[in-house]
Amino acid sequence: MSSNTVFEPKIIAFVCNWCTYAGADLTGTSRLKYATNVKIVRFPCTGRIDFLLLLKSFAQGADGVIVSGCHPNDCHYTSGNFHARRRWIAFRAILDLMGVDIRRIQYSWVSAAEGSKWADLVNNTVSEIRALGPYTEYQQVADYLEKGGYNGEA
Amino acid sequence: MEKLRGRAAALLADGSVALIIGYEEGTKRPRPLFCRNSESTKKLIFDSRCINNLAVYITKKELVGKDRIAVTASISTLRSILQLYVENQLSEEKLLVLTVDLNGELREFVTFDEISAYVAQFELKRGEREQEILSKIEGMNREERWKFWLGEMSHCFKCYACRSACPLCYCSKCVVEVNRPQWINPWPAPLANMEWHINRAMHMVGRCTACGACGDACPVGIPIDLITRKMMKDMAPEFGYIPGQPAKQGNALSSWKLDDREQFIR
Repeated sequence: MSSNTVFEPKIIAFVCNWCTYAGADLTGTSRLKYATNVKIVRFPCTGRIDFLLLLKSFAQGADGVIVSGCHPNDCHYTSGNFHARRRWIAFRAILDLMGVDIRRIQYSWVSAAEGSKWADLVNNTVSEIRALGPYTEYQQVADYLEKGGYNGEA
Repeated sequence: MEKLRGRAAALLADGSVALIIGYEEGTKRPRPLFCRNSESTKKLIFDSRCINNLAVYITKKELVGKDRIAVTASISTLRSILQLYVENQLSEEKLLVLTVDLNGELREFVTFDEISAYVAQFELKRGEREQEILSKIEGMNREERWKFWLGEMSHCFKCYACRSACPLCYCSKCVVEVNRPQWINPWPAPLANMEWHINRAMHMVGRCTACGACGDACPVGIPIDLITRKMMKDMAPEFGYIPGQPAKQGNALSSWKLDDREQFIR
């Protein structure tokens, strides 16, 4: 990458089938433009999103992650997002203690009617991650044979 | 001590329990002892040097059959027993708990409510070493914390002693043994070590009773018990639990409140 090109972050979005995925669909049918850095993975519910999946995406080269689903009380399965919210509170606390960059994981509620909120969410996240730069710290550890950094030393 | 041995021998002699799990003198420190006859109860000891958490054995299918068993328990073990009961892993008909209280008196618990009332007198204390490392970590910024843990984890060779020592790691098939897909690589590499320890901490949120068995079991001295202990302390007030006093209202991650904190969600 030459110095005058901007860094394009890779972002993985884990979204729920019933709200955010439909919301992102609405963004498209409303012809709203948003950043193309995001790759969407569709899940049945936010309660199904395993915390290891978020770590796996960092290990495989993602610079940021979006996790999004139904607003509280809107869950298709009544309480999946409430359980997910608790898990995120705990997960954020553990990652923070371990020194993982929690600014790179963006949580959000986007309903099926909020097409423009989805576009804003993606655009804002992309610009924030762009400012943070690539997450080489984690990728070095994941790919230590090629990139070095066994004990956290580059 | 004599009272404990006498009672243990009597329990085995009249057939009210089939097995007594306790401690005997080891080479360096007391080790677990499994008494199946009154003769072996002569070796039983119980004092402050007995730190193995014996609750780890009472969920093992190989040891616990259809007969009732007894276990000698320290305060940490009692907490673990309560948590196991909260998770429906124990029944009162199958278990008899013996302990020696601060006055040296032998105590016997038949119901979990009795254990709960007894444990409530004791406050969970933070050890000196734990406090020292915690204050060190609190003084670090994020990058330093990442480096610190990477350095600590670089000693880990995946013996899973932490898992074996923990009374609450009772799954018959652990996530690290699932290989379709392989969630966490089995070899000791930096990422695999990090993922294993984050995963372990996540599975312990709101369940850890801070017995410290994982940290004691670690052969290379990684302060892994610190992660789960800190999580327990931090999460307890938020989720409405009292550390060290499991209550039969479900675990932190299996229940929820409408007004859980969500300022981090946009």
